[in-house]
Amino acid sequence: MSRIGVLALQGAFLEHQVLLERLGAEVVQVRLPAQLDGLDGLIIPGGESTTIGKLAVAYGLLEPLREFGRHKALWGTCAGAIFLAKDIGLDQPILGLMDISIRRNAFGRQVDSFETNLRVDFGGSNGSQAQPFRAVFIRAPLIEAVHGAARPLAQLEDGRIVAAREGRLLATVFHPELTSDDRFHRYFLEMTK
Amino acid sequence: METQVGTFAVKKGLAQMLKGGVIMDVVTPEHARIAEDAGACAVMALERVPADIRADGGVARMSDPDLIEKIMKAVSIPVMAKCRIGHFVEAQILQSIGVDYIDESEVLTPADEAHHIYKHGFTVPFVCGARNLGEALRRIGEGAAMIRTKGEAGTGDVVEAVRHARTVLGEIRRLQNLPEEELMAFAKEIGAPYEVLLETRNLGRLPVVNFAAGGIATPADAGLMMQLGVDGVFVGSGIFKSGDPAKRAAAIVKATTHYNDPAILAEVSRNLGEPMVGRQISSIPSGDLIAGRGW
Repeated sequence: MSRIGVLALQGAFLEHQVLLERLGAEVVQVRLPAQLDGLDGLIIPGGESTTIGKLAVAYGLLEPLREFGRHKALWGTCAGAIFLAKDIGLDQPILGLMDISIRRNAFGRQVDSFETNLRVDFGGSNGSQAQPFRAVFIRAPLIEAVHGAARPLAQLEDGRIVAAREGRLLATVFHPELTSDDRFHRYFLEMTK
Repeated sequence: METQVGTFAVKKGLAQMLKGGVIMDVVTPEHARIAEDAGACAVMALERVPADIRADGGVARMSDPDLIEKIMKAVSIPVMAKCRIGHFVEAQILQSIGVDYIDESEVLTPADEAHHIYKHGFTVPFVCGARNLGEALRRIGEGAAMIRTKGEAGTGDVVEAVRHARTVLGEIRRLQNLPEEELMAFAKEIGAPYEVLLETRNLGRLPVVNFAAGGIATPADAGLMMQLGVDGVFVGSGIFKSGDPAKRAAAIVKATTHYNDPAILAEVSRNLGEPMVGRQISSIPSGDLIAGRGW
């Protein structure tokens, strides 16, 4: 059984926990560095990236999280994706692990938040490619560019990148944890193996 | 059909992103930046904090859109603003300037003494106050995408927030233990829409995010509300009516994250300076209490 951490500083961490537990994973809420021990992977949830960043700095989590991400699977959703990126064009605490350029609040304010269907290439392991993924975007950031070994995983119809992968790092700017569709969570659990 | 804005999932979703966080009342762009720097997950933009509304008396209305826009420009986190209960035109104005959440709030003077706003008709999401399960479910039935306890705003006395949180959570526990044939009578008794009541029973919690508000003034107050089982906290007058707002704001943010860790709660409670001067609720004449506003 996989042992997966969910960074529980602020945001929608419980939603990830519920989905992971339904898939049979053991879930640990991570608020302090010692809680990273023995995990196979970690999810950084949506929330406010400024809040999560400040709390991560205050409790000495930045360096332990970077070290974790060099060896283990890390998935950031929305604020978590911002936190993973190397380039966010702003001065706020981030991990800077993933070779993507991301821009905060790229779609506007809450009245512009939306849901839409995405085609996602999950790699054919579960034959689920045909079904579109209903993706919820909340004051979402955008992946403006992928660099180096990072690859787009999902794009809007106009080609804008909304999910990317680089080795064991996964970034989605939308919220798979707000729907009952667990394909992204299955995909991430595969990455932790 | 493929791409939609303003769906209930999108409205409720923003509140889900605020969970485990602190939403702070601010009256100037400078306050808003202090709140953001302290780690607030959102701010509530208004002209006067509840303690001042209470002290000043008179009719309290929606804030000047110019002030709200200045606060929206000052910070990158979500900005909420208050409209009066039932005042759907104030809500239309707030939606048109692009606030991220509207608080249909009893802290302002009600504009309608029988009806709340039909919130499903808006793209912007709403948060509403509640003292009990029936009130919470009526607001959700009208389209509220987030609930908060009313507490008693502007007092610095947490007792009413505790009462309201315990009442809502206790009534949910009772609901889960009722046999099915008693559910309709229970819905009638508490004045709740039946379908929302059933959903709440199935989930074992409100179907939307539930914060505490009204009287929270210290890190320990925030920890208390979180341990009682709410999803996050609003702090109104408690920060900018205290001696050292930046320090207190950061301490309450940390307490809300580490609400189950007494050693961290002790650490962040040290040397915060003067808290806001509180008003014990039992000393306030019943006609001056605001939690009773809402129907």
